[in-house]
Order: sequence, then C-alpha cells, then structure tokens
Amino acid sequence: MTPARLDATFAALADPTRRAILARLASGEASVTELCAPFAMSQPAISKHLKVLERAGLVSRGRDAQRRPRRLEAAPLKEVAEWADRYRRFWDASYRRLDRYLQQMKKKEKRHGRD
Amino acid sequence: MGATDKANPTTFTTPSDREVVMTRVFDAPRRLVFEAWTSPKHLPHWMLGPEGWTMPVCEIDLRPGGAWHFVWRRVDGTEMGMRGVYKEIKPPERLVCTESWGGDWPETINTLVLSEKDGKTTMSQTVLYPSKEARDAAMKTGMKDGATVSFDRLADYLRKIA
Repeated sequence: MTPARLDATFAALADPTRRAILARLASGEASVTELCAPFAMSQPAISKHLKVLERAGLVSRGRDAQRRPRRLEAAPLKEVAEWADRYRRFWDASYRRLDRYLQQMKKKEKRHGRD
Repeated sequence: MGATDKANPTTFTTPSDREVVMTRVFDAPRRLVFEAWTSPKHLPHWMLGPEGWTMPVCEIDLRPGGAWHFVWRRVDGTEMGMRGVYKEIKPPERLVCTESWGGDWPETINTLVLSEKDGKTTMSQTVLYPSKEARDAAMKTGMKDGATVSFDRLADYLRKIA
C-alpha cells in the first residue's frame, strides 16, 4: 500500500456518512438506490461520497450493468483496521487496568484522608 | 475487540491524516487520573498493554524539558522501550510530551487532556505525527506485527466506527 493510498483511505474514513456506507457494504453489495435509502440525503450527495470511497479503493462496482452494485473492497481497510486494532489493544488493556487502579487509589485516599 | 470495556468504551478516531485520538471516561476525579499518568509510583501498575508485560523501567522527570523513559518486558524476555520529553505540564488537566520508540518510529507529540464532571474524568489522548509520511511509516511498522483480521472482525470494526 502506497502512502498516497493510505492517506486516501484515512480521508475517506474521516466522514460519518462514508463510514456508514462502508458498514452497510460490509454486509453485502448494494445499488446506489439501496445505499441511499437509510440516509436523509440526495442521490447525488451519496454518489459523491461513493466516488471518494472508490478513489480510495474501498469500494468497487459489480458486474451487473443494470444495478451497478457497489461492493466493499476490504484490503485497504484491513490494513488500517489491523493497525488500529493493535494500537487499541494496548491502550484498552492499559485503560482497563487503570480503571481498577484508580479505584484502589480512591480507597487509599479515603483511608488516609486528603493531604 | 471483544475485550473492550462495555461500561467505559475507548473511542478511537483519526480526525486528521496526522492524528490519532483516544477518548475514554474514568470513574475517578481527574486529580487522581493525572497522578496515575505522571508518577512512576503508579504508571507501572497499569500502562502495561496486553497481559504478560511488566514495566521494569519507568523514569519520569516531570518538568518542562524533563525526560521520560519507559521500558516494557514480556515474560519471554522481549523488551520494548520508548522515551520522550515533557513539553507542557498543567496539573490536573493537561500534559504534552514528545514520544519516540526509536528506530524508524517517528517522534510524535502526545497531548493528554482531562476534564472532570460529577467526579468522573473524560480523558482525551491525541497522538500527532510530524507528517503524513511519518504516520504512514509508523503504520507500516505497526502492521508488520499485525495479525490477520478476519472479515467478520472487519465488519465489527466498521460497525464500531460507523
């Protein structure tokens, strides 16, 4: 994956509508009309978002010439997800431990009173 | 990401092409959270990542320009270190420092912001990379060790960030 592609992936993911479109496509391909249904947005607006996703290589077009269904291309997302997942695992585990540790600190402070 | 705490989830966002931001709520006043983040007495008890790691080195010189150095060790002996310099210290609400893992890892600027409401603390931790290229380099390094994520997990991930 080239840096430019990675940038395009992150830029594409920075928008909530585009993330929602990807989440929808994660459960199977869909036509533009089908993709528009859950959004209070015009078809041209959705098409614009789709164009950004296509440029980032996250979405491709299926073979059916009539419906021209959009399909999720998971590869670039997978790389971002792996990276994010690894990072998140470190902090999630640490934060959960911090939760417990803070409760101990609170108890200790109560016992000794504040200084 | 099944291990994510349900009561206090960590929100993970990439608001710009140079940043990663983590946000989370802790059930404690920010005075304590700040202390837990800045004292060598406390850090080795929690900043450990996944099970199996300890933090044998935790040096903190808490003043602007002061250095910090952390080393983690896994049960099999693998070590991993990072260091940096404190830039801004404003207890109990703000902490800015540089962070470097050495090698190809780019130096980042990390900003911790703590806000308190009803005895609970909302923490946001922003990691700023010096450039797009640096972030991309860091991501490549990180991805080398990344396990293969199944499509199901990817779908979970998408639902989470949607």
